[in-house]
Amino acid sequence: MEIFEKAARENGLVAAFAVVGLVVMVSGFLSRQLTSGRVQGSAIAILIGLALAYVGGKISGGTKGLADIALFSGIGVMGGNMLRDFAIVATAFEVHPQEARRAGWIGLLALLLGTVLPFIVGVAVASLFGYTDAVSLTTIGAGAVTYIVGPVTGTALGASSDVVALSIATGVIKAIIVMVATPAAAKFLRLKTPRSAMVFGGLAGTVSGVSAGLAATDRKLVPYGALVATFHTGIGCLLVPSLFFLTVKAIVGK
Amino acid sequence: MIIYGTALLAVCHMLGIVCGDFLGRALGMKTNVGGVGIAMLMLIAMRFWLHRHGRLCATSESGVNYWGGIYIPVVVAMAMQQNVVAALRGGPIALLAATGSVVVCGCFISFINRAETHPPEPLDEVHPAGGP
Repeated sequence: MEIFEKAARENGLVAAFAVVGLVVMVSGFLSRQLTSGRVQGSAIAILIGLALAYVGGKISGGTKGLADIALFSGIGVMGGNMLRDFAIVATAFEVHPQEARRAGWIGLLALLLGTVLPFIVGVAVASLFGYTDAVSLTTIGAGAVTYIVGPVTGTALGASSDVVALSIATGVIKAIIVMVATPAAAKFLRLKTPRSAMVFGGLAGTVSGVSAGLAATDRKLVPYGALVATFHTGIGCLLVPSLFFLTVKAIVGK
Repeated sequence: MIIYGTALLAVCHMLGIVCGDFLGRALGMKTNVGGVGIAMLMLIAMRFWLHRHGRLCATSESGVNYWGGIYIPVVVAMAMQQNVVAALRGGPIALLAATGSVVVCGCFISFINRAETHPPEPLDEVHPAGGP
């Protein structure tokens, strides 16, 4: 057992490939046996992943789910930003330039809406719960855009740490909802064409939510959604601490 | 050579990230603006150009396609390291703000996509990464 643990620790990334492969295999089996293929295997795999992240976080008390347990530290590399972005860029190899160009403007519109709408909802909820100052309102609204825009805005505006934590939690919950709910809502969202995936990528925000949600819905749509979604955080970090903050400040007056 | 494909992917990735950082700097921010998106556009353009000049063989392409294929497992690994505990501890404000924004955005996505006038083309017609 000791030797086994040492091997897993010293070969983190390789061990992670084995663990994830096992989870994907189990999910495929569950998908076929329990739902006769109606729920995609990758959707189940992502759910199992989130459940394991909860267990890992409870055991270790850390912030990175299963990756905080030494035995599974390789998960942190495999699912970290570097490999995730590398794999997302690779999916661009399947993109059809004509399809992407046709959706150019609607993608931009979706991006702007995807920044403004969550922000308004976030600010509205925060004010409903008794927050009145522009800094806290803006920070919580920023969290509703993505979980990176939240802390970036909060730090820039000097928000208190519990408000920043709240905005991160809002963003993470949003990403998780998008991951889990997208396959179920695919019909309502009309997620069928590359163009619809680009609209989705702009409006649903967060690369992690969009990429996982689309992966669990239709693998072929992933590059189109991701192409737009990668601009989401950048636009949020640009607009929220500046234009949006000044607007909120002008409305609440402090 | 498989490494040619992977190296092409890596070069596009790095250039995209660098461009994204420059763009962020130019806009007065510390974050990366659209680096991955820029990298994707570069890769699309490179593939188009190499194909036209017949410089891309199937073996080289497999060096990119492997990473595109490993994408879903990477997403599963990403799910495994989300801070689910903290997300659940965020309480009603976080939950309500997150759910509310997802629902509002979902309605807009549905509305915009319903207005799509082009006949929806079945994606199966899109040829695989092997190219034309």
